[in-house]
Amino acid sequence: MAEAHPVGFQWVMEAKRRGAKVFHVDPRFTRTSAVADTYLPIRAGTDIALLGGVVNHILENELDFREYVLSYTNAATIVSERFVDAEDGDGFFSGFDPETGSYVQDSWQYAGHESDSGSGHTAQERDSAAGLRHESHGAQVHGETLRDETLQHPRCVYQILKRHFARYTPEMVERVCGIPREKFLELARAWTENSGRERTGCLIYSVGWTQHSVGVQYIRTGAIIQLLLGNMGRPGGGILALRGHASIQGSTDIPTLFNLLPGYLPMPHHADHPTFDAWVDSIRHPGQKGFWGNARAFGASLLKAYWGDAATPENDFCYGHLPRLTGDHGTYQQVLNMIDGKVKGYFLLGQNPAVGSAHGRAQRLGMANLDWLVVRDLFMIESATFWQNGPEVATGEIVPEQCRTEVFFLPAASYVEKEGTFTQTQRLVQWREKAVDPPGDARSELWFFYHLGRRLREKLAGSDQPRDRALLDLAWDYPTHGPHAEPSAEAVLREINGYDVTTGRLLSSFAEAKDDGSTAIGCWIYSGVYADGVNQAARRRSRHEQDWVAAEWGWAWPANRRILYNRASADPQGRPWSERKRYVWWDPDAGEWTGYDVPDFERTKPPTYRPPKGAAGPEGIAGDDAFVMQGDGKGWLYAPSGVLDGPLPTHFEPAESPMRNPLYGQQANPTRKVYAHPVNSVNPSPPQEHSQVFPYVFTVSRLTEHHTAGAMSRTVRPLAELQPEMFVEVSPELAAEAGLTHLGWAHLISGRAVIEAKVLVTDRLTPLRVDGRVIHQLWLPYHFGFEGLVTGDSANDLFGITLDPNVLIQESKIGTCDVRPGRRPTGPALRDLVADYQRRAGIIPGRTPPMVTVRRPAGQADEGPGEHADA
Amino acid sequence: MGIRAFIEGWPVYRQLTGTDPLGRGAAAQSGRSARLTARTEGADTVARSVCPYCAVGCGQRVFVTDGRVTQIEGDPDSPISRGRLCPKGSASRSLVTSPLRQTTVRYRRPYATEWEDLELDVALDMIADRILAAREQTWEDVDSEGRPLNRTLGISSLGGATLDNEENYLIKKLFTAMGALQIENQARI
Amino acid sequence: MPDANSLYGPLDPAPDAGWVQAGPRMGFFTDTSVCIGCKACEVACKEWNGVPDSGFDLLGMSYDNTGALTANSWRHVAFIEQPRPAGHRTPPFAGTPTGGPVSATSAAVAAGSADPSGTDPGVPPDAADAAARMAAGGTPAEGTAATGANGAATGTRFLGMPGAQPPGRGTGAKERTDFRWLMMSDVCKHCTHAACLDVCPTGALFRTEFGTVVVQEDICNGCGYCISACPYGVIDQRRGDGRAWKCTLCYDRLGAGMTPACAQACPTESIQYGPLDELRERAARRVAQLHGRGVPEARLYGHDPTDGVGGDGAFFLLLDEPEVYGLPPDPVVTTRDLPKMWKRAGWAAVAMAAAAVAAFVGGQS
Repeated sequence: MAEAHPVGFQWVMEAKRRGAKVFHVDPRFTRTSAVADTYLPIRAGTDIALLGGVVNHILENELDFREYVLSYTNAATIVSERFVDAEDGDGFFSGFDPETGSYVQDSWQYAGHESDSGSGHTAQERDSAAGLRHESHGAQVHGETLRDETLQHPRCVYQILKRHFARYTPEMVERVCGIPREKFLELARAWTENSGRERTGCLIYSVGWTQHSVGVQYIRTGAIIQLLLGNMGRPGGGILALRGHASIQGSTDIPTLFNLLPGYLPMPHHADHPTFDAWVDSIRHPGQKGFWGNARAFGASLLKAYWGDAATPENDFCYGHLPRLTGDHGTYQQVLNMIDGKVKGYFLLGQNPAVGSAHGRAQRLGMANLDWLVVRDLFMIESATFWQNGPEVATGEIVPEQCRTEVFFLPAASYVEKEGTFTQTQRLVQWREKAVDPPGDARSELWFFYHLGRRLREKLAGSDQPRDRALLDLAWDYPTHGPHAEPSAEAVLREINGYDVTTGRLLSSFAEAKDDGSTAIGCWIYSGVYADGVNQAARRRSRHEQDWVAAEWGWAWPANRRILYNRASADPQGRPWSERKRYVWWDPDAGEWTGYDVPDFERTKPPTYRPPKGAAGPEGIAGDDAFVMQGDGKGWLYAPSGVLDGPLPTHFEPAESPMRNPLYGQQANPTRKVYAHPVNSVNPSPPQEHSQVFPYVFTVSRLTEHHTAGAMSRTVRPLAELQPEMFVEVSPELAAEAGLTHLGWAHLISGRAVIEAKVLVTDRLTPLRVDGRVIHQLWLPYHFGFEGLVTGDSANDLFGITLDPNVLIQESKIGTCDVRPGRRPTGPALRDLVADYQRRAGIIPGRTPPMVTVRRPAGQADEGPGEHADA
Repeated sequence: MGIRAFIEGWPVYRQLTGTDPLGRGAAAQSGRSARLTARTEGADTVARSVCPYCAVGCGQRVFVTDGRVTQIEGDPDSPISRGRLCPKGSASRSLVTSPLRQTTVRYRRPYATEWEDLELDVALDMIADRILAAREQTWEDVDSEGRPLNRTLGISSLGGATLDNEENYLIKKLFTAMGALQIENQARI
Repeated sequence: MPDANSLYGPLDPAPDAGWVQAGPRMGFFTDTSVCIGCKACEVACKEWNGVPDSGFDLLGMSYDNTGALTANSWRHVAFIEQPRPAGHRTPPFAGTPTGGPVSATSAAVAAGSADPSGTDPGVPPDAADAAARMAAGGTPAEGTAATGANGAATGTRFLGMPGAQPPGRGTGAKERTDFRWLMMSDVCKHCTHAACLDVCPTGALFRTEFGTVVVQEDICNGCGYCISACPYGVIDQRRGDGRAWKCTLCYDRLGAGMTPACAQACPTESIQYGPLDELRERAARRVAQLHGRGVPEARLYGHDPTDGVGGDGAFFLLLDEPEVYGLPPDPVVTTRDLPKMWKRAGWAAVAMAAAAVAAFVGGQS
């Protein structure tokens, strides 16, 4: 955190000053470790084993915050008798379908609701990254469940959880993660001792956690701990994701993602969502509790915002205009399609995949096989010049005279040359004022897309092609100003906020959304950002003039709420758990919820409220159902649906690992997304043969001095000089083993690429003793590329493409490699070296590794762990 | 300048007649030093902004004089950052005023070995034509069972996460209406 | 001890330099115990003061690629990797299969990557083992020579490497369990008795009303006397420009009632700006607090008005000996003996004159 988010880290230092203990878990000793109270080096890719160890520590010793757990989580809920845990299936839960490498989830459901998962088959959800929808709300389940408040029922979630994590002992943590058990216990004790009624603990992760083939399950494990300890919805608690880009949260909320529409509404699927009604009904469970029950109004209001007058209840609000998914259309599938010649044109908008995406060579080869490419950026980035200066030009794989891609480089306006909002990592929407005009031809994206749309519509005017209706019907009328006719960002923000179609009145919250076409809302979760006709995101009341919650600085979605599910900061009766941790509570005299924050609950619904039988939607939420966006009103220790790779987190090895999974016969996540494409490959891992060809683990992350793919830092002198060259960090032990010298050169080889870097031999890295073996880990920054003031080979070139099944994010935090002293070969010899390694490792490009590494999955463990890979 | 002022401005005169006989402080102060003030004091405008690097969302003040950014520093009012910035945030002025920034459209013809210039308006028009051509070539009306698809898989997009919400909103809206659903951004990565 | 006068001993420098209406003396307290090495100070300083880059060279001195305080780096964050315990924490690498530490050896190699200086700074006597181990699988001499050539080719200049341990404090450990990573943002000390200022023949260096020491860029003629006078090696000449440059403690910002750019940016309040008296009190409390929390090695540097430079306007809380950070352990203003020398020179002149007179008188007799 000190490394990548130094200013956010001031609050950790503040807490430390007041006596807080800081634990830092990282494969390498970083600037955060330097000021932490305890540093735990960990084998990359084993976080579920570590956190599972904490869960086990809590349950074994009954350290959970029982009153919180009983009231606010699904600990007491009883699960279907058909459910078989991964502990009894050698890594597989019940319902695995080896054909598709995915689960049928019926058996995971709550008892009595076995058909809640729809078809139950999740292969299609994986292709559409359906897990991503749940950023704003839980998966659909029925609101009424069977519960055992004594937590004794063998199939209640609490008991299932206990059995599932029973083997995650301190000894197992040591064996899997390489963390000595005493040190693990130090962490587990501190975490549990500092949670409960009087104290809260917070878990901070950087989004490197998402870049794993089990990334979502990492975060789920953290969530289980925080729920068990009563740390959710309370001040000083929570799970804080440190996201790495100014508006990365905003770009998920108002997504430019293939599978989502604004506000986490899904893009329709050709088979599942033939009609508006089918679409709406599929995204909310008919019997579910909570606000997601209003999904129909959110969907109708979005379509109304898109197609304006043309969208009517009679034509299902132009639902027919929406393009349909048929499968995986994610960025990695797109790039492979580019290589195969299926994509004509590509827009890069302030993004540099030639350096920043996994498998840089695939990215560049894809771009070299387009009809046209539009790059909009501040600087001449690698993704614009791959045809001229890229590494494939040196190897002869891209010949400029034979590369047909037509490239348009359009200069972009910087963040001070336009106005608009960023949404930071805690959902806080902040308006930026424009300071100066952009130079020369530089323009905002707002300008570019508004005028591009205007021009497309002009060119199509009079077209009678059905496919052009969606463009011609589009509500595309935004006021402009200035010499370049810049569209008004405030007008767009007003549309995002939503308005009453007849009066034009701006809505004050999403509770005003209607499904009859009378409201238009661009992104329902942002409704209220323009409440009372005021740009709430532009508020800048000084921190000196308000309390610590600072509710009048910017605006947080939803409803300017700073802590989600803050109903949980009070006990079931609505009283603060403790005076110290007072945040939101029920005021019986006033008959309403009150506190420092906007209560995350219906303001006048008393804690004693119990819904009538059969009530659904907000009415179904009881007075002590704190998790109001969950179908059953509870925080989920166990996820009966929504998470595609298991209802509980389970330790799997990364897709590339030098180790056999010490916990299960199943080596890696059996549901991970793999691509059988000739450009892609995966280095062999046990039980496959030849894993020793790539004996070392490498991991990548950021340096304080640089930003992502480097376009905004390697081009800036005062930053470039601070970390001026690509390097690799190795322990003295590995340096001795591999013959590397400090400040000498090394080259790293994977099944995809060879890169070179200067060597930093440092005590900050350490070998780990894991399951009786010594594992060496190397660390690389991923900021470097071949353009800019300072250049170097790109670490992301080393990675292949393997994705998390829930959100289709690539595993780009861990890979295996070999390392050799000296510089890498140049020219065609470079590819020869890769080919040589591929041959020695038995890699056949285009062939995926065995997904199942036990003989009989699906809960039939009678043969014990098997090593019967078909490689 | 009068002769008297000239003489009084002479450091040795000030040293001999003033409080600083050793001539190491008040007497040695140059005219420039005496007139020196923070350049932010004279800024024409100050824009309240937000750092463009990571997602902490630190408040920034952007000082502008004569239409140029002269300084960007932390906004002390911000409850998030309390006026502080990391090295990247501190380098924001260098970022936006970098001489390496491209300010004109550049165009690379198919099979060309060099860039050439292009008018922005022409570029926009060419891009619009190419979008329409790609739709023409790759449009899918229905699937094999006659269910609507309404899309093209011939166009892709990958956006950074330093785009504004308003920009993302228009991008998604336009691409969706174009039938181009292969729209992705950094959040996938 | 020499007499206290305006060139030595405790003193409030601004009134001494003729600022009759001077306010409290302003300065920096840099608390290295909370420094996270982010280098925001380096960048914020450059952005405000328009300081050019100091070269794009990977120095291999941990994460320090700035190297030293120079005309083009007025803040410099030093990074020191040490196989030593850090306060009360559990040893970071306890239980891992490590060999001995290498940090001192790495530092030596980093030093060797530049123009040969004849010594390997920062290498404790027992570091040879580590060097041998590091070289075991490779070709150390070759590698070092190659990088040395590279370093020279890219114009790297080795400007002083803080050693991992003070001389003589080798652990001799065969496996490393303890480790700490020290970071310190160094800056001009704005000495109470600033030799740079005392020797400046043009009056370019002057004492401001805030008690700070500033080079006036409109006066400096680049004579360079100040450079050899500075006991800390802070002030430096800019290539191609010729003039001397260093931290001004943001004289222009101070005049406008603002905080210096580095202190304003510092995320963790490692760099604190304020009236020196207040800072000294705060620093004393912080040291006591750290001692109470089991960090006995915390100590102040440059805070003492009776030290060789009369105390620094920019002082530090360190977690090790000053040498470890590349700071002189006992700096003395190089002009300390100037009054005495002048006095002696005066007496010598008088004596010579007397002798001459005597000779004449004697000759006549």
